[in-house]
Amino acid sequence: MTNDDFLRELHDPDIPVPEGMTSAIAVTSFGKLLNAIYNWGRRNSIWPMSFGLACCAIEMIATASSRFDQARFGMEVLRASPRQADLMIVSGTVTKKMVVPIVRLYNQMAEPKYVLAMGACAIGGGPFKEGYNVVSGIDKYVPVDVYVPGCPPTPQALLHGFMILQKKIDGQSLGNPNSTPWYGRGPSDPVPVPILGPDIIDPRQAHILRRQAEATQAAPDVAEAGDDAEAQV
Amino acid sequence: MTEQVPTVETASATDSALSLLEEKFKNAVRRDDREGYDGLIVDPAKLVEVAAAVRDELGYDYLASAQAVDYLGAGDHLEMVYNLYRTTGGPGLALRAQTPRDTATLPSLVSVWPGADFQEREAWDLMGIRFEGHPNLQRILMWEGFHGHPLRKDWKEAYYEQDQKPFDSRWPDGNVWRSEEHNAYGKNVVYPEGFTLDGYEPVAEDAFYDEANLGVDIRPSDLDTDRIVVSLGPQHPSTHGVFRMIVTLNGETIERLQPVMGYLHRNHDKIGERNTFLQNMPFTDRLDYFCSLSNNFGYAVAVEKLMALGKRWEPPTYRAEVIRVLMAELTRILNHLVAIGFMLNDMGAYFTPLMYAIVERELILDFFEAVTGSRMMCNYFRFGGVAMDLPAQMHSTANLLNERVREFDTMQYLRELINERLPRAIDQTDDLLTTNEILTNRSIGVGVLTREQAIAHSAAGPVLRASGVPYDVRRADPYSIYPDLEFDVAVRDHGDIYDRYLVRVDEMRESVRILKQVLRLLGETEGQPFFSGRGGIYSPRVPAGEAYGRVENPKGELGFFVVSDGGQNPWRYHVRAPSFINLTALETMCKGHKVADVVTILGSIDIVLGELDR
Amino acid sequence: MYGSGILRGLGVTLKHFVNTYLDDIRWGFRRHIPDEAFPIRQGLDTRGVFTVEYPDEKLAMWERFRFIPFLVIENHDHPERPGHDWCTSCGICAKVCPPQCIWIVRGNDPETGRPVPEPQAFYIDIDICMNCGLCAEFCPFDAIKMDHDYELASYDRTSAHIFDKQRLSKEFRYWQSIAPTRAEEEAEARGGWEHKDVLKQKAKEAKAKEN
Ligand code: SF4
Ligand code: SF4
Repeated sequence: MTNDDFLRELHDPDIPVPEGMTSAIAVTSFGKLLNAIYNWGRRNSIWPMSFGLACCAIEMIATASSRFDQARFGMEVLRASPRQADLMIVSGTVTKKMVVPIVRLYNQMAEPKYVLAMGACAIGGGPFKEGYNVVSGIDKYVPVDVYVPGCPPTPQALLHGFMILQKKIDGQSLGNPNSTPWYGRGPSDPVPVPILGPDIIDPRQAHILRRQAEATQAAPDVAEAGDDAEAQV
Repeated sequence: MTEQVPTVETASATDSALSLLEEKFKNAVRRDDREGYDGLIVDPAKLVEVAAAVRDELGYDYLASAQAVDYLGAGDHLEMVYNLYRTTGGPGLALRAQTPRDTATLPSLVSVWPGADFQEREAWDLMGIRFEGHPNLQRILMWEGFHGHPLRKDWKEAYYEQDQKPFDSRWPDGNVWRSEEHNAYGKNVVYPEGFTLDGYEPVAEDAFYDEANLGVDIRPSDLDTDRIVVSLGPQHPSTHGVFRMIVTLNGETIERLQPVMGYLHRNHDKIGERNTFLQNMPFTDRLDYFCSLSNNFGYAVAVEKLMALGKRWEPPTYRAEVIRVLMAELTRILNHLVAIGFMLNDMGAYFTPLMYAIVERELILDFFEAVTGSRMMCNYFRFGGVAMDLPAQMHSTANLLNERVREFDTMQYLRELINERLPRAIDQTDDLLTTNEILTNRSIGVGVLTREQAIAHSAAGPVLRASGVPYDVRRADPYSIYPDLEFDVAVRDHGDIYDRYLVRVDEMRESVRILKQVLRLLGETEGQPFFSGRGGIYSPRVPAGEAYGRVENPKGELGFFVVSDGGQNPWRYHVRAPSFINLTALETMCKGHKVADVVTILGSIDIVLGELDR
Repeated sequence: MYGSGILRGLGVTLKHFVNTYLDDIRWGFRRHIPDEAFPIRQGLDTRGVFTVEYPDEKLAMWERFRFIPFLVIENHDHPERPGHDWCTSCGICAKVCPPQCIWIVRGNDPETGRPVPEPQAFYIDIDICMNCGLCAEFCPFDAIKMDHDYELASYDRTSAHIFDKQRLSKEFRYWQSIAPTRAEEEAEARGGWEHKDVLKQKAKEAKAKEN
């Protein structure tokens, strides 16, 4: 067998592995081997950003300390700077005032980056969802990889979340641009930073804002009537 | 350390104050004779003078709490309530000033009590009361440019559903939805009519810097230094959460410091007004999330004060009070251990003292979890007692998921914890830190708050006591079974970081002393009822009135100001958060120190963001 | 003296370091291995605190531990009412829930249109639930309880985070298994292991027979 043939065979996933040999042959293609090595390295050295928002952050600290010891997952290096972090643990209630810095921090993180929403608040607003200064879920602004429910999630629940995240990383493949977008050309687009206006404004929603404004201008009476009706409730 | 004896007054505090003030100010002062209310209503035009007289002549030198109430539909005015106390102890006095809702202007009392500063800003931010003469009347919890004053009763948020819980949509025809689905933006937002982004200039950030001289401003001075403005936070490892400070530095020296907060403003007040009285209990857990059980205590004390006005009210049973004190004191130790750990973190002892503190914390949390059901969010107190008795056994069983079983005898666990583990941990902290020269060098003489400043700025808790004021609510305005217990109030005199640290250590030792007595009482009250009312009442009757209940939280005086209109829900629910008010003095403490000291000073105040921003 | 603080600090660390080994010797190295030694490791007998090796050894939760609520249903092998809901759709949990994250549709008899004591639908939004346990505390039928299952992390919240009745329902024996003492106490207060309504029914029948 020439070298070429061998390589072709190595890359061809269609060549069946003989029965009983599957356990002996772990790697059926070079690409998969590379994926496996790459993912193994990355999943065991996730550096979270030390970034505590609210009550959940205390459970995050408890997870980092000796009793639960997240160092066992290769995550003991809590970095204060977003530039050195791979994982943003959004641990706690995201308020409208705070979402501006959070988006900025997210943009500053180097890829590959992951976001873990810890606790009911970060996932969907939690018990404070109805509040006027609370963002109903950080996923409204930045993409979230893993959700860890609970209020607060116990340290064990958070560790479980980490394992789920590791599983996700394990499933990523270098050849697939959808799962590893950071190997595309050029830097990825930053998330537009929200604006603190009369209420928090997501620049991505400027067109809805305009449409709403036009609608009220076109039919001021209706809007007023609606307002009155609301006031009476 | 001194033992403090509460002063006993025969005539009601309001009566004696009224007779004196009436003489002086004639008609400007009158008694508040609404049912369930106490205190004096002062004419706004004379407010500053009356306040000064109350402070200087009557001795009410301590402004514990100031909050606004919107009486929409019940007089249609806004009312500012000032809860005043004497630092020598004894009952308090409530001053009120009323103003119409549309003009909403009152004179500022910052000149009388500098501690009113942030509280008035909060009232402006959330209630829209303009304080004339306030040095810096900006929004404090929301951002500059936010529309409306959210705590007004007629202000509705984006996800507004109904004025009061329970909501009708939940039962019997629960139509499940997420609030986002009802909003045009899919988010928790609402804009003024016709608002677009065209040409909009946000003002939120500029507002801070306008005043603080943004940017490098090179001025000739004898030491060749630049004056720069640095924004510290809100994401910064040593701001204890999402707290931000805008500091003006001259070289390395602090010239001005402006705390910026509200990054964790979760609208406790607004949500609390919609909740029923009981529903607020789990929300109080989330205020100071290190000390959920003592927050429960404060809220229970406040509402029980109101309920005591009613007819069929049974005070909490003795065993309930014993359990409450047990929980509160364990919380105090836990909090101080962690607070010292965090403070050392800020000094550069990165994580080691904190790790040691967390070891003991885990053991206490195990106990909390076994008794109340949750490590941090205990939700354990009820009006008239506690939710459940201590279990005989701390017991767990294996199931499919969790197979490692622990089993302890509760009393045995407590005995060992209180007699062995905690004293040992405190000794270790003491041994490790008290004479450590890094700690002493960084902390002695730094961040000094004199006795007078501390009282004027309404500082509370260890910050106040480290400045030589032996003021502890447990002694000054006793509640629960504290009068029966033997303990001393920890006091130190210098008012610097080191003394705050020492006060915390002393207090932990006193807590152990209390806990040892509590252990005995726990044994004596074994089997007695832990709840005074009938079980199963989820919407207790709370008579109309107003109450300000306060307890000595580890961080300082935690007060709950509750107004009831006799319905199921509080009309007004306000939290006097020690972390928030202690920060009023931050600039005073930091001025003239180096930028590295700011972090340590902040650490020594021991703030927690959940409570600071509420 | 300069440096003494550092030395003393290192001394404390050293003491901790040595103590772990001393403790090991004291326990004859047994505390690492057998499962029975777990309470020793996680209790007050250690001088510090032991690491919980989470995925390999999971702390069993205390009986009172609360996470997301679940609905109790009759065991599937119950002779008379297999899989029957304990919930009577009285709505108390929905009323008492602080963040209002419970939605209940009361069951109606399709023929008569009268309410029947069984919910048609029951939802809990776990993105809002604050694990406070008030629903379980005030349920008069012991039909909603706090679960011990905390391993709920997921990749998506839009589809999976509103728990419906099917997802919430768990057999009564599950409750007995995670909190035996409490289940027993409750049964005692109720007057038997059966559901309250069943017990009432039985009492009525017995009375009728007597007469
Ligand atoms: S989920 Fe619960 S514990 Fe976590 S931040 Fe929100 S309220 Fe606090
Ligand atoms: S645990 Fe509390 S928040 Fe969750 S469903 Fe029950 S009552 Fe509601």
